[in-house]
Amino acid sequence: MTANKENEFLKAKKIENGTVIDHIPKGSALKVLSILKIGDDFPGTVTVLMNVPSSHYGEKDIIKIEGKKLAKKEVAQIALIAPTASVNTIQHFSVVDKYVVQTPKKLEGVMPCPNPNCITRREGESHLDVEQTNPFRVRCAYCEKVYGEDDLKAALE
Amino acid sequence: MNLISMRETSKAFIEDILKTAKKHEKTAREKKVLSTLDDKTLGILFFEPSTRTRLSFQAAMRRLGGESIGFNDAHFSSSAKGETLSDTIRVVEGYVDAIVLRHSVEGAAARAAEVTTLPVINAGDGANQHPTQALLDLYTIQKEKGKLEGLTVVLAGDLKYGRTVHSLMYALSHFGCTIQLHCPPSLKMPESIVEEVRQKTTVEEVTDFTQADVVYATRVQRERFADPEEYQKSLYVIDADVMATLKKDAMLMHPLPRVQEITPDVDLDPRAKYFEQTFYGVPVRMAILETLMEGKNP
Repeated sequence: MTANKENEFLKAKKIENGTVIDHIPKGSALKVLSILKIGDDFPGTVTVLMNVPSSHYGEKDIIKIEGKKLAKKEVAQIALIAPTASVNTIQHFSVVDKYVVQTPKKLEGVMPCPNPNCITRREGESHLDVEQTNPFRVRCAYCEKVYGEDDLKAALE
Repeated sequence: MNLISMRETSKAFIEDILKTAKKHEKTAREKKVLSTLDDKTLGILFFEPSTRTRLSFQAAMRRLGGESIGFNDAHFSSSAKGETLSDTIRVVEGYVDAIVLRHSVEGAAARAAEVTTLPVINAGDGANQHPTQALLDLYTIQKEKGKLEGLTVVLAGDLKYGRTVHSLMYALSHFGCTIQLHCPPSLKMPESIVEEVRQKTTVEEVTDFTQADVVYATRVQRERFADPEEYQKSLYVIDADVMATLKKDAMLMHPLPRVQEITPDVDLDPRAKYFEQTFYGVPVRMAILETLMEGKNP
């Protein structure tokens, strides 16, 4: 599919107010929905496009959510599962903000520390410092345990 | 003004504590009382039972002229009624000038330090850290070997959950020691600690104690094993036969309590230093209390 055809395809699915999460790695859309806690009870229209041809990534997933703007914490969580994702904020059918998700240097309250015996599992907010991004590695500022990408994904799911 | 983790403790602070501890050793040995902290009260909050650490902190505070209050069992605190650690700390803050905290949950001391402006001293948080033990261990080694630099130290036993050896690994890394690890496969030192310490010094796995200047034995904790057979397989014993394989000038340490890992006959071997080690807890903790309660940073 050419870039023009891809655009036409996306235009056909326009939403009025809400968020389009594009460039999600193929196969990760349902995980992103799970992070955003979007289920049967979500009031707006949600369109999930999977295995969409992409000029950059070969194939990608896209999610369109009517009536929802992402919070910072949600964007940080998506960055862990779908580091290539881009977020488009839509108002009155127009893109008013567009950015690629980025993992912050500190994950504060973004997700629980994977250590079940960490104090933050009982009280206070979690605080994971990102020590390196490739390979991804965080250290809990409280229990000092170190976790990789897979540990965090498992904790998020 | 807190002592939470050896991971973030500088060499300068460690050396300062060792120097101050040396100054206090005579007072501790002669059981004298100074007036250094005679207007201060120490809160000793032990949510896990302890003998040596708690008593040596109490003794250290007494030798400095101060008083200590607290509890040695979470059942006697409001945490038994569901009070959060943060609330307990905020309450105790009104009664004392510094807090010594032991807790079964990792990161408890770091959390406590966030909610109070008083100095917080970590006396053990779960399987994470026990920095005051590491400082007294260093003091014992320096005292008995005359130096810290360049020694070969074997850490033996439960290196996975043993908070004393986690702290000691970081502490030894400042002094160019070769650290040898001797443990069953299921109780290996966490890779993240090995990786970090290896950036500063040599860390290697061994199966004997023959090259050691210092053997630091720890207890293999039965409660860590789901399978009793696996626990039995992980046990090790240092007896007269093992002592015969050590260098003549090596020293044997143990944070105690020991269960079966050092046989009683080894106590008579002049290289066994674990009871001296427990005594050094007093001057070292005097140094820690004096330093932190006077507002110096680690």
